Amino acid sequence: MDPILVLRLPRLRYVQARTVEEAAAIVGSDGGRAMLIAGGTDLLPNLKRRQFDVATLVSLRGIPGWDAITGDPQAGMSLSAGATLDQVARHPAVLSGYRALAQAAGLVSTPQIRYMGTLGGNLMVDPRCNYYNQTFAWRKAVGFCLKKDGDICLVARSSPRCWAVSSSDTAPVAVAFAASVVLQGMAGTRRVRAAELYRDDGIDYTTRKRDEVITSVEFPAARTTTSAYWKLRRRGSFDFPIVGAAVVIWWEDGVVRDARGALSAVGSHPVDISSYLSSLRGVHPDERLIAELAAAADKPARPLDNTDLSHYWRKRMTRVFIERALRDAAGLDPQAGLLTAQLKS
Amino acid sequence: MSDELSIVGQSLVKPDAMGKVSGQTKFADDLMLPRMLFGRLLRSPYPHARIRRIDTSKATAIPGVLAVLTGEDLPVKFGILPVSQDEEALAREKVRYVGDPVAAVAATDEWIADEAIDRIEVEFEELPRYMSLEEALADGGGEPIHGRTNVHKAVALEFGDTEEAISGAAHQREDIVFFEGNTHLPMEQHAAVAQYGQDGRLTLWSSTQTPHYVHRALGKVLEMPMSRIRVIATPNGGGFGGKSDIFAHELVAAKLALVTGRPVKITLTREEVFYAHRGRHPVLMKVRTGFTKEGVITGMQFQSFLDGGGYGSYGVASTYYTGALQTTTYAIPRYRFEGARLFTNKPPCGPKRGHGTPQPRFALEVHLDKVAEELGIDPVNLRLRNLPEPDSRTVNWLRITSCGLRACIEKVAAESRFLEQRRAMPAGRGLGFAVSSYLSGAGTAIYWNEMPHSEVQLKVDRGGGVALLCGAIDIGQGSDHILAAIAAEVLGVSLDDIQLTTADTDLTPIDLGSYSSRVTFMAGNAARAAAEKVRAILFEAAAEALQCDPDDLQARDRRVFRRARPEDGMTFAQAVVAAEAKRGVVAASGSYTPPRIAGPYKGSGVGPSPAYSYSAAVVEVDCDARTGEVRVPQVWIAHDIGRAINPMLVVGQVEGSVYMALGEALMEEQTFRLGLHKFPSMLEYKSPTALEAPVIHTYLVETIDPEGPFGAKEAGQGPLLPVIPAVANAVYNAIGVRIDEIPITPDRVLKALAEKAKGRLPRVGPRRVPAFAFPALIQVERPPEWTQS
Repeated sequence: MDPILVLRLPRLRYVQARTVEEAAAIVGSDGGRAMLIAGGTDLLPNLKRRQFDVATLVSLRGIPGWDAITGDPQAGMSLSAGATLDQVARHPAVLSGYRALAQAAGLVSTPQIRYMGTLGGNLMVDPRCNYYNQTFAWRKAVGFCLKKDGDICLVARSSPRCWAVSSSDTAPVAVAFAASVVLQGMAGTRRVRAAELYRDDGIDYTTRKRDEVITSVEFPAARTTTSAYWKLRRRGSFDFPIVGAAVVIWWEDGVVRDARGALSAVGSHPVDISSYLSSLRGVHPDERLIAELAAAADKPARPLDNTDLSHYWRKRMTRVFIERALRDAAGLDPQAGLLTAQLKS
Repeated sequence: MSDELSIVGQSLVKPDAMGKVSGQTKFADDLMLPRMLFGRLLRSPYPHARIRRIDTSKATAIPGVLAVLTGEDLPVKFGILPVSQDEEALAREKVRYVGDPVAAVAATDEWIADEAIDRIEVEFEELPRYMSLEEALADGGGEPIHGRTNVHKAVALEFGDTEEAISGAAHQREDIVFFEGNTHLPMEQHAAVAQYGQDGRLTLWSSTQTPHYVHRALGKVLEMPMSRIRVIATPNGGGFGGKSDIFAHELVAAKLALVTGRPVKITLTREEVFYAHRGRHPVLMKVRTGFTKEGVITGMQFQSFLDGGGYGSYGVASTYYTGALQTTTYAIPRYRFEGARLFTNKPPCGPKRGHGTPQPRFALEVHLDKVAEELGIDPVNLRLRNLPEPDSRTVNWLRITSCGLRACIEKVAAESRFLEQRRAMPAGRGLGFAVSSYLSGAGTAIYWNEMPHSEVQLKVDRGGGVALLCGAIDIGQGSDHILAAIAAEVLGVSLDDIQLTTADTDLTPIDLGSYSSRVTFMAGNAARAAAEKVRAILFEAAAEALQCDPDDLQARDRRVFRRARPEDGMTFAQAVVAAEAKRGVVAASGSYTPPRIAGPYKGSGVGPSPAYSYSAAVVEVDCDARTGEVRVPQVWIAHDIGRAINPMLVVGQVEGSVYMALGEALMEEQTFRLGLHKFPSMLEYKSPTALEAPVIHTYLVETIDPEGPFGAKEAGQGPLLPVIPAVANAVYNAIGVRIDEIPITPDRVLKALAEKAKGRLPRVGPRRVPAFAFPALIQVERPPEWTQS
C-alpha cells in the first residue's frame, strides 16, 4: 500500500513532457487547469494546501538538456531552467563570474530542496503570505483572501491588490545582472529582461503566459564584474528570505562603470534599486558612500506584516542588508558596515 | 571479582537504536491493518461559538464513507485530571478554539474522508472571543468560555509571614516578566489505530506517553469495561509532554472502530498537532523578594497568571507547578504563592518539558541576576548564599534528599571561567548564569490511589533469557535501555539477554507514563526490585548446588559464582535450570510507590517528588547591537543526575534540553491572529535547526541519591530550565539591556537598546499584572525546622 501522507495532494493527471513544445501545448490548451512542474518543491506543498485548482501537472524533467549549464563569464552563460539550485550553487563558472547567483541558489532552503528545486522554479516561486500559505481549512476559518477563494487582502484590508511577497532568492540576482529569460510558448520563443518577467502584484505576478515554459536564463558576460547576495532569514536553513539584497558591480580601470541591485521579499516583485546606485559610477566607492547609498536604497522596500518577524524590523534591516551586499561586492568586510537597524533615538 | 557495576554507568547503545536509524521501528502511522479505514476530524473554524445545528447527511451519502460521528455519539466528558472533566471528544454545544473537533468520519481512503468532512454542514453562532489574559479578565466580555467566569483555577498559599519578611528586609526587589507560550513540535505527528475484534475486545495503538490514562479514559468515554480494552503505546517519535493527555482522535478512532467493525486509523496533520497542543502556558509573573544586605533571601512573594487555552487539561497541576519549585532551588524561609489560570479561546495548554516551571525559573533567575547587581554580589555567589540543604525540608514541605546544586554551580562557573570572562568579553558578547531544580517523578498520581506508580514483572527462561514486562513507554528518552540495564546489572547478564515487552495494557503491569521525569526513578526502582527477587531465587538454588551460603554468591558476566572463589560457580542458565527444577516458573514482580511526603495543606500534592535533580548553566551570547540578532555560540551546563545509568543517554537528554530551551528563549512562540494560530506549520513556527545549535559542554554531577535506582535521578526536563534565563542574563551582560519577555526577538532587543539610548530604563517587558482578586491566602504552618530559625 502507499505510504500514508496525511495531507494529501488533490487527484491529478501527471504528464511527463518529452519536449518543451509538448509541455507548452498541454498547459496552453487545458483551460488554465494545467501547471508546469520541475522540482516541485514549492508546488507540491502548495497543492496539498489547495492553493491552486489544478487538474494536470506537466513535468519538465524528462526534456533532453533540461538541466544544461553552458558558456563562461567571458562570453556569458546560459543556464537551463531545469538546472538544480545545487548545480547552480556549485558550478565553477557560476561561482567565478556570477557569485551572487551561486550564493542565492546556495541559500535556498535546505540541501534536499536544492537537489530537487530548479532555477526556473525558484524564479517562479509563487509569492508568499502567511495568510495564504496555509491549509484550506485554515484559510476557510480566516475567511479566505484575495489571492485564493476570497475577496479581500487580509494584510492590507483596504487594498484593492494582493500584497503576497516575492520570495525568490535568485530573482533579484537575475534582475541585478540584467539577465534575459527565454520563454517558449505555442507561438514561439521570446526573450525578456529578468525584470520584465515580473509584475508588482501578489496574484498576477508574472508576464509569463500560461502556455510559456521558461527554458533558460542567459547571463551577460561578466568579465570585470563583482556581485553579492545577502539574505535575511530567521534560521540558517529552511527559511525563505525576509529580505534579500542582490548587488552587481561592473568595474573598469579600478572604478565602477555601472552598478545594479534588486531586493527580494520587500514587495510582490523583485524590487529594482539600481537607480539608487547610480552615483557609484566613475568612483571607487568608500564605505561612507556605500552607507549613504544603502540608507537611501531601502526606500522602495515595503515589507508588510505577512511574513516572519516584525515588518518594521524588516524594513530597518533592508538598508543593513543592501549595505552588506554592496560592501561585499566592493571587497569590504560585509559585516563591518556603518548602518544599523536601530530605532532612531 | 569486584562488586563494581558492569552495565550501569556504561555508555551503551540503547536497544531501540538500530530500529530507529534503519527505519524498522513501527510508529503508529506505520501500522496497516487489513480493511483499515481512515478517520478524519472536522474542526471548528471559530475560536468561540455555539453549535446550532449539524447536518451530516451529505457526508454519510458519499460512497466509501462508513461512519460519521458527532458529539452526540460520544457524550461522556473526560479530562486528564479528575478535577477537570471538561472535554468532549467531539464538541456538543460549544467550540472553544479554532481546531476544536466537532465531527468525524471514517472512509475507505483519505480523499473520501476529506470530501466527507467538507460535506458536513455545521451552523455556528459566533460568540465573543478571549485571546489573551487581559481579554479573559475583562468585564462585560460576553459569555465565558466555561461556566460563569473565565477563571479556571486560582490558588493562594502562604508559608510564614512574607510581608513582614520582605518589608523588613535590607533589600527588596520586584519584577514583572512574561513568558510566551510555545509548543512541543515532536517530529512524529500523533496517530492512533483502533481495532474492534470479533471477541468483543477493542485494541488501540497510539503514539501516547500515557497508555494507562488513555486506557482509563477509553473505558469511561466508551462506557466499556477496561478489561475489554487494550491500549498499546507505540514508540513515540518525540513526546516532550505533548502526548501525555487524552486526545479526541484516540477516542474517536476507537468509537469509529466500534461502529464500523473495521480498523480505523487517524493520523493528525501537522496543523492538527498545533491544535492538539497542551504545550507551554503563556505566563505573566510578578516576583517580589526580600534580601539581607549579604544577599540571603528573607522571603518571597510570587504571582503567576497562566493563559490556559480552551480546556482544563493538566492546568490545575500546571498552576501549582508555577509556584512549587522555587523553594527546592533556593532556601526560602517564608514564601507566598498566588496563581491563577484563565481560560482563553486557544488550543489548551498543558505540560511541556519542565511543566509549569520554566516560566517561574525565568522570572526568578532574571530577578536574582538584577538583585546581584544591586547588592554588588556576583551572580554565582548570590546563588551559593541561598542554596537548599541536602536532606532537608522546604518551607512548603517538599523533601529534599540529595542535592548537587553547589557542585553544579562550581563546575560550570569554573569551566566557563564565568566570573573572569563576563567582565572581559568582546563587544556584543556576554555570559549569563542561572540554576534550577526539577522533580524525579511526581510524588502523586494523576488520580488518587494507594497503588504503586510503577510495576515490573520478570521471568527467566531455561536458555538464560530474561523477559521484562513493564507499562513504561520509550518516547526516545531511553527508558527501554534503563529497564534492561538495571535488570541486566542485577542479574549479571548482558543487555542482549533482556527481552522487553512494554506499554501494553494487556500484557504489562502498570507504569503511569512517561511524564514528570519519573520513569528512570520509578520504573527503574521497580525493575531493580523485581530483578533482586529473581536473583534471590536463583542464588538459593545455586547455593544448594554449590553448597554455600546464598549471601556468598554474585551474578556477573552471565555466571552465578562464589564471590570469594569466582571459579566456583555455574552459568546463569544453569542457575535458572536449578531453580526451575526446584520450584517451577522462575518469575517475580517488583514495584515502586513514592513515599507519602506531601505537606499538610490543599495543593500539596503538586511539587513533592522522591528526589530533585539540579542544574546550573552558563550561556554565551553574541548580540549584534546593529540588528538586534542574538546567537548562542556556547553553553556550559552541569546536571546533578544522582547517578548516570547510561551517561551517553544523559548527555543526550541534557543536549536536547539545551537545544529546546534555546528555541524557546530566542524564537519559538505560539501566537494568534484573528482568533487563529498564526502559523501552524513547521516552516513558519520557527524552531532552531542544527545550524543554530551551540557547542554544548555537559558535565554530569553524581550525588548517588539514596532512593534512586543505583542512585539515579532525572535528566529529561531539568536541564532545560536554567538555559532560558541564562540567555536573558547573558544578553544583559553583553549589551546592557533587559529583555524581560520570552522569546528574545531582534526587534525587542532593538527596542530595549533604543530605550537605553534615550537614557530610559533599558528594558522591554510587561509593566503590570492585572488587578485580580486571588482567594484568601491559606496560611500553612511551616515545617518545624523553619519555625525554629
